[in-house]
Amino acid sequence: MVKILKSGMYTSIQDTGRVGFRNLGVPLSGAMDSVSAGFANALLNNNKNDAVLEITMLGPKLKFFEPTLIAISGAELSPRINNNSILNNKVYNIDKGDVLSFGKPIKGVRSYLAVKGGFQTEIVLNSRSFYDGITSKNRLVENDFIPIIKVISNKIKTTGYLKNKNQFFETSVLEVYKGPDFELFDKKEQGLLFSDLTIGNNSNRMGFRLEEVVLKHSKSIITSPVLPGTVQLTPEGKLIVLMKDAQTTGGYPRVFQLTEKSIAILAQKLVGSTFNFKLILN
Amino acid sequence: MNSKLISYNLEFKQFGKEAILIEWPQEISETILLDIRYFVSEIKKNKLQYISDINFVYNSILVMYDSQQINFKTLKSILHNLYLKKKSTNNVSKFVWQIPVCYDEIYGLDLHFLAFEKQCTKEEIIKVHCSTNYLVYGIGFLPGFLYLGGLARELYQPRRVEPRLKVPKGSVGIGGTQTGIYPKNSPGGWQIIGKTPISVFNIKNERPIEIEPGDKIHFFSISMNEFEIIENKCKAGIYEIRKEILDG
Repeated sequence: MVKILKSGMYTSIQDTGRVGFRNLGVPLSGAMDSVSAGFANALLNNNKNDAVLEITMLGPKLKFFEPTLIAISGAELSPRINNNSILNNKVYNIDKGDVLSFGKPIKGVRSYLAVKGGFQTEIVLNSRSFYDGITSKNRLVENDFIPIIKVISNKIKTTGYLKNKNQFFETSVLEVYKGPDFELFDKKEQGLLFSDLTIGNNSNRMGFRLEEVVLKHSKSIITSPVLPGTVQLTPEGKLIVLMKDAQTTGGYPRVFQLTEKSIAILAQKLVGSTFNFKLILN
Repeated sequence: MNSKLISYNLEFKQFGKEAILIEWPQEISETILLDIRYFVSEIKKNKLQYISDINFVYNSILVMYDSQQINFKTLKSILHNLYLKKKSTNNVSKFVWQIPVCYDEIYGLDLHFLAFEKQCTKEEIIKVHCSTNYLVYGIGFLPGFLYLGGLARELYQPRRVEPRLKVPKGSVGIGGTQTGIYPKNSPGGWQIIGKTPISVFNIKNERPIEIEPGDKIHFFSISMNEFEIIENKCKAGIYEIRKEILDG
C-alpha cells in the first residue's frame, strides 16, 4: 500500500486509457503525456499499460508500506525520498516506511511516478484511469490508500537510467495533421491557424483553451466524433485543443489533429506559454 | 415495412494517424442513421482485429485502428467494399424505451418560465413533450448522453443566458432544438423541465447503457410519489426500463 499524506494540486491514476467504449460516450482518458508515462514504466520494465501516478505542478506526499522500485519521468518537480533529492528518469529502491515528496516545480507541468508492476487500483471498463463517474474517484485525496505489489528490491538491478539533456517537451513547435474539416476554410483562412498561440485559463485534462481570436467564422458541422488531440475552431474564432478526458463528440469544425507526441508536449506547457502548429503529412 | 436499399456516396477521411472518419451526406436523417447503424454492425461482425474502437453519431462514423497492423489506404478499401456489399438495413432490432419523467416544478426548474414564454400551460408543454418518440442519433458528449431528434418545433427554446453550475443527474431539458437527459451532475445551460428517477448509464452493469443509436425514447409523466417508488426500485436494482420493439 501507498498512503497519500498530502494530495498535491491534482494527482490521479492513469494508464494508456479506456479503449473500446467511445460508443457509450466514455472518454479515452489516460496519461496526458504518454511519452513520459511510457519512459517511467520502461525504466522499471513494466508493461506500457501499467498504471502510473500523474502529478500536476505541486506534487503529493506519499508513504510506502511495502518495499518497491520507483521511477519518475516528465516534469521536474524536485522529488525527494525521505528529504533526499532524487533525479527524474532513474530507478530507485523504496523501503517500507519511505516517504516520497515533491518540491518546487522546475520544468514542465506533469510528472509520472511509476512503481514496479504498476499501481493496483480498480479496473473499470478495462482501464484504471481515473474519470469522474466511471471510476469511484477522479483524483487522490489525503488519507487515500493505493495498492501496490510488494517487490524485494535487492533482487533487481537498479541501474536503469535514461539521460536526456533537453527534455523532449522543450519545444514550441507542435506537429499536427490536417483535421477532417480543415478544407472547409480557404487558403488565407487556413494560414491564420498557424499564428502564434497562447495557452489560456481553463486548460485542464479535458482540453486546452487558446487565447487568440484567430479566425471568426460561421461554418457549422453536424455533431461528429472527436479525439484527444483534435483542435476545434469555435465560431468566435478561438481554438480548443481536446486532451485526454475530452468528450467523444463535438460540433465545432476540427481543423487539426495533434500527434500523440504533440499532445504530450502540450501537456507539459504552463498557462501563458506560446507555441505554433506545424503541419505534417499523414 | 421494407427499407429501400439506398447506397450513399461515402467520404473516407484520415483523422490523425490511427483513425478514419466516414461521412454520409451532410444532413440529419433517420434513413442515414439506420444505414450507419447497419454498417457498424457489419464491421463488428467481421471482427477485424486491427480495429480498436468505433463510434457514430448523426451522419458519421469514427473507426480507430492500430497503424502498426494496417494502413489507412488498405483499411479504407476494406471498409468501402464491405459497405458496397450491403444487402438490407434491417439486420438489427430497434426498441422504443419508455422513460418516466416527473415534471413537478421541484425538478422542472424552468417549466414555469417556459410556459410563460410559450404563453401556454405547463400541462400543455408536458403533453407535447410526451407525445413524440425521439430518435437516438448517437451517444456522446458525456458518458450516456443521448443525442435525441424530433423535438416539436413549438418547444424550441434557446439555452439559459446564465448556465447553471450544477444541473442534477437525470434532469430532462430543452436546449435550442434539442431535448435530452443529463446523465450525471454537470454544469449546463438547458431549460430544465423535469427529472427522471432512472439512470440510463450504469457503470456497474456489464453493459452500462442498453439504449443504442437508432432506438427511440418516449417520455411519460409520473407523479412525485411514483418518482420516489421508481427511484427506490432503481436503488434496489429491480427496476427495468420498459421497452417495445420498433417496427421497420
